[in-house]
Amino acid sequence: MNTKLRKILPKAGFWLLVTVIVLFAVFPFYYAILTSFESGSGLFQVNYLPESVTLANYISVFKGQAFGHNIFNSVFVSFMVVALSLLLGVTASYALARVKFAGRGLLLLTILSVSMFPQVAVLSGMFELIRGVGLYNNMFGLAISYMMLTLPFTVWVLTAFMRELPRELEEAAVMDGASPWIIIRRVFLPVMWPAMVTTGLLAFIAAWNEFLFALTFTLTDDKRTVPVAIALISGASQHEMPWGNIMAASVIVTLPLIVLVLIFQRRIVSGLTAGAVKG
Amino acid sequence: MANVVLKQVRKRFGPVETIHGVDLDIRDGEFCVFVGPSGCGKSTLLRLIAGLEDITDGELSIGGDVVNDIAPKERGVAMVFQSYALYPHMSVFENMAFGLDLAKHSKDEQKARVMAAAKTLQLENLLDRKPKELSGGQRQRVAIGRAIVRKPRVFLFDEPLSNLDAALRVQMRIELAKLHEKLNTTMIYVTHDQVEAMTMADKIVVLRDGRVEQVGTPLELYHYPANLFVAGFIGSPKMNFISANVAQISQHSVTVKLESGKEVSLPVDGSGLAPADRVTVGIRPEHCSIADQDTALFTGTVEVVEHLGEAGLVYVRTGSDDLFVVRVAGDTAIKNGETVGVAAAEQDCYVFDGADMAKRRLAVDNAPLKAQMTLN
Repeated sequence: MNTKLRKILPKAGFWLLVTVIVLFAVFPFYYAILTSFESGSGLFQVNYLPESVTLANYISVFKGQAFGHNIFNSVFVSFMVVALSLLLGVTASYALARVKFAGRGLLLLTILSVSMFPQVAVLSGMFELIRGVGLYNNMFGLAISYMMLTLPFTVWVLTAFMRELPRELEEAAVMDGASPWIIIRRVFLPVMWPAMVTTGLLAFIAAWNEFLFALTFTLTDDKRTVPVAIALISGASQHEMPWGNIMAASVIVTLPLIVLVLIFQRRIVSGLTAGAVKG
Repeated sequence: MANVVLKQVRKRFGPVETIHGVDLDIRDGEFCVFVGPSGCGKSTLLRLIAGLEDITDGELSIGGDVVNDIAPKERGVAMVFQSYALYPHMSVFENMAFGLDLAKHSKDEQKARVMAAAKTLQLENLLDRKPKELSGGQRQRVAIGRAIVRKPRVFLFDEPLSNLDAALRVQMRIELAKLHEKLNTTMIYVTHDQVEAMTMADKIVVLRDGRVEQVGTPLELYHYPANLFVAGFIGSPKMNFISANVAQISQHSVTVKLESGKEVSLPVDGSGLAPADRVTVGIRPEHCSIADQDTALFTGTVEVVEHLGEAGLVYVRTGSDDLFVVRVAGDTAIKNGETVGVAAAEQDCYVFDGADMAKRRLAVDNAPLKAQMTLN
């Protein structure tokens, strides 16, 4: 009896721990979805199972403000950030991983240290810069400022990945008459897909969820991105917080991320295991 | 089609010089093998010719043109790498056509050339496959095909067979030799395997520590090694060395006294030697035999007998640190622990002076060797 208990107890403890972790991680999302389908006074009653399901919140989000426009802005900025960071990341990582030059290590460290500063620390300086080049209240201004968040890890991850690619692969291309740009585009890029998808996705998420820069560098409703728009959703009166609308909007903007991850899931997994077995 | 000439070529990596002034003349259509132990600079030398490394000093010319500062693709050389280095995302066809595509050849031209190469290498049925779907030997052939389609003036091979298993290696060795015969293009081949060097080369370049030790045909190197290093490197199992003292020198022979006390008269050119000089006598395992104690050069205890089937290798402990290897018939009855005598014909012995340089052997009589030597 005692030995049986001794076998079961650790197992039970393990599963209890798993349950607690899963609950802790998933509950906020579950509650957001639940709330988004409720309306009126139902919003303020605590319940853990759906009672009344209504799409009213979803409809009113689009009716109350230019939410469709905000989504478009977010998509536009995020895709631009992904494209720019991957382009700069890949070219920079080729140089950092493949070309020997003085100060390479220092440069890598500098790039890393950029990501150490909290956004608030650079906010005022960045604001001056953005306004100085005339990109205030402009999607391009946002995209460029987001580079500060995405480029450090993009460059680092791609550099690490590029270092692992066999030297002979590059030399074979050199013998075939390929220039560095051709090597990057036609030999390395296809091989680096998994790393690009992973870093690209992370950059997309970072840009999609960014709040502080988006709030500071935009002025008018039609230039705002989704996170700012959600934060600024207001109710009928000053004292009413439209939780239903906020939750509905949050669910809407989370969906694209989930879809993206699902689409690229295979690529990410194959990217993680690619180096494990030599082809 | 082109010859390759190196004049005092040097390579420095930072303060470290790895290639110390190499002079070499590889004729058009020749199959030249760079051989040497790992770290001897043979791969570096090949990469200098390929253009993957810059030449620090000296002059390299291919087909009469100095190419020191010319990009690899304009040198007219193609290289086959040790790891094959196929593009993993491209099919066999695309792998072979990549260089042609970059050189802006028309699609028809690309297809014609790839098809011709595929036919030569028996890759016709594999053109749509990706490299990961191929066996090692097939990948090797694709790598060679990628070099062929560009119709280079010089082929460079960097230990191309070292990743293959033994049986496949022999097969690819023969295929490469046939390919060379067919294309008749200059080929430079790097290997650490002296068997590959001996079997494939028109000319062998033995390298050590970034210096050329000797250049010659396979049989020249076998029969007339320039020094102790080459003598030990060429031939398998490697040559046995025993020390001796010069007793007497005549016009056509040198008489040496072995440590066993035995005196033998060896037919080598004794100029530069003086009586009582310390020399090294080299005897190849295949030239030794087990003999009676009275006709033997020396005696020793058998430590190990290896049966290879067609032959046996007897390792005799002679009191010194090294084991002395004797190649005997495959059905030998010699057993461990026996005391045996080792004999060898005088004309099969090699003599090296105190500076490890070989003394010219005077009694070598070998028809193929003479044929090879008139070639040079």
